[in-house]
Amino acid sequence: MSKIHVQDLNLYYSSFHALKDVSMNIEACRITSMIGPSGCGKSTLLRVFNRMNDLIDGVRIEGEVLIDGKNIFGRDILLSELRKRIGMVFQRPNPFPISIFENVAYGPRVHGLAKSKDLEGLVERCLSAVELWEVLKDKLHHSALSLSGEQQQRLCIARLLAIEPDVLLMDEPCSALDPIATAKIEELCFQLKERYTIVIVTHNMQQAARISDDVGFMLLGELVEFGQTDKIFTNPVDQRTNDYISGRFG
Amino acid sequence: MLRIFKTRETITKIQQRQISEFIIEKLIFLSGLASVLFVILIFVFLLKEGVSLFKTVSLKDFLIGKFWYPISDPPRFGVLPLLMGSLWVTLGAVLIAVPLGLGCAIFIGQIVPRSLRDYFKAGVELLAAIPSVVLGFVGLVTLVPLVRHLFHLRSGLTVLSGSLMLAFMAMPTIVSIIEDAFNAVPKSYREGSFALGATQWQTIYRVLIPAAAPGILAGVMLGMGRVIGETMAVMMITGNAAILPKSFFDPARTMTATIAAEMGEAVRGSSHYFALFAIGIVLFLITFLVNLVADFVLHRKK
Ligand SMILES: Nc1ncnc2c1ncn2[C@@H]1O[C@H](COP(=O)(O)OP(=O)(O)OP(=O)(O)O)[C@@H](O)[C@H]1O
Ligand SMILES: [Mg+2]
Repeated sequence: MSKIHVQDLNLYYSSFHALKDVSMNIEACRITSMIGPSGCGKSTLLRVFNRMNDLIDGVRIEGEVLIDGKNIFGRDILLSELRKRIGMVFQRPNPFPISIFENVAYGPRVHGLAKSKDLEGLVERCLSAVELWEVLKDKLHHSALSLSGEQQQRLCIARLLAIEPDVLLMDEPCSALDPIATAKIEELCFQLKERYTIVIVTHNMQQAARISDDVGFMLLGELVEFGQTDKIFTNPVDQRTNDYISGRFG
Repeated sequence: MLRIFKTRETITKIQQRQISEFIIEKLIFLSGLASVLFVILIFVFLLKEGVSLFKTVSLKDFLIGKFWYPISDPPRFGVLPLLMGSLWVTLGAVLIAVPLGLGCAIFIGQIVPRSLRDYFKAGVELLAAIPSVVLGFVGLVTLVPLVRHLFHLRSGLTVLSGSLMLAFMAMPTIVSIIEDAFNAVPKSYREGSFALGATQWQTIYRVLIPAAAPGILAGVMLGMGRVIGETMAVMMITGNAAILPKSFFDPARTMTATIAAEMGEAVRGSSHYFALFAIGIVLFLITFLVNLVADFVLHRKK
């Protein structure tokens, strides 16, 4: 069974048809990239998985999304539980304007997961996982906003790991970072892939080729092609995919 | 090709522009200067008249004297009961208005459906449009008997009635400033919090309120400034008795009410007259301090 199963998904922003008959399977413990020109619906698709679109007025969704075989639009779904399992990293790092420690502790506190005694250990583990612990262990009570962009993005990932999700959704997580920082975040994704299912939106074709196992190419709300990375990049079936990856449009 | 040499025509144009620029600049400077000058003049006048009191009454007697008997013989000019009257009423109003205002701002800004938001906002703003004497009058015939019945008092003209009334008057200021503070919190914080599975309420009190804290404090301070300076309504419903209040159920008289009530009858140049100015100085210093703190809190963040 695939981790995320999408069947005939349609999404409308009021009257605007933003996702058209999208069907695909995302497998566990793999990195899946979504690529496509600006405005084709990559972020929208990602935000379906943790139901962030619920926050927007006038959104209508049809079709089926199963995560671990469970319909995420079902009546028995608890939104906070769903979002705890499906974490999201945003394009711009968005740590809360509180201390570094409190940022990581935020999720566990909100979900009542850890007593304050265990929190310290948990924070250490999560910061270590994103390789921030050594640098920041003496600054845990500084404001998270004092960190560099890359560190902030790492902190946002650590913040997610603290609630032990099993899917990580990343919406252009490197677009605000320089190439070196980007390489570091990519390295981190590789390490995380062992335990997490990662879906990453990127505009950077090289990045998609470098890090992902599967690639989905979207165009104007349609999922044009979906498959293994090497196959998509070397031997795409659809002419539009070919045009896009060879840089002929977008 | 670039023209390096200016024609005579363009030179006069440039000169004209420079002249008008000069005039506008000076005018703006003058109006800025004028407002500062007015404040200084008012303060100097206040100080001059107020300080004259201390030729006949010692500063100590004025500040910590427990009795305000301006027309008995000999007169006593102790500002303490009035000061405490103002502070009690203000404290009460703040205790009521802050939680209410915070709740109202959260409700209007975060919870009410967008389509209804403007109606609620207009409602709160309408509250600011009611003249204070009208509010005082309405309070006198509704709030005062209510307080009397609810707490089984001999009279409903108490600090509590005044505080309730003033809380209402401070609400528009507090609500709109706090609401602005919430709106200024980046949307990404909200999203980040929801994406971690936090509920609406958790997001509000764990992220939004801390992020908006300076703005909230400023709103409280400015609301407080409004409450301390308010005169009419509070004069009508606090009982107007210049005694040291011991609880919220005692009558009280504020500094502003005293000035308003007695300025008309005080003989110009008498100790009474100067004493009222001295109260004015105290009031001025308090509001100045409150505004200063609000300003400090607001600008520290930037
Ligand atoms: N809240 C919204 N209301 C209405 N239309 C929206 C909304 N959000 C996105 N859209 C529209 O839906 C389409 C897809 O948007 P989306 O943000 O998913 O694109 P994207 O592929 O992520 O683009 P980008 O690469 O620029 O981030 C766009 O045409 C956009 O204008
Ligand atoms: Mg996007």
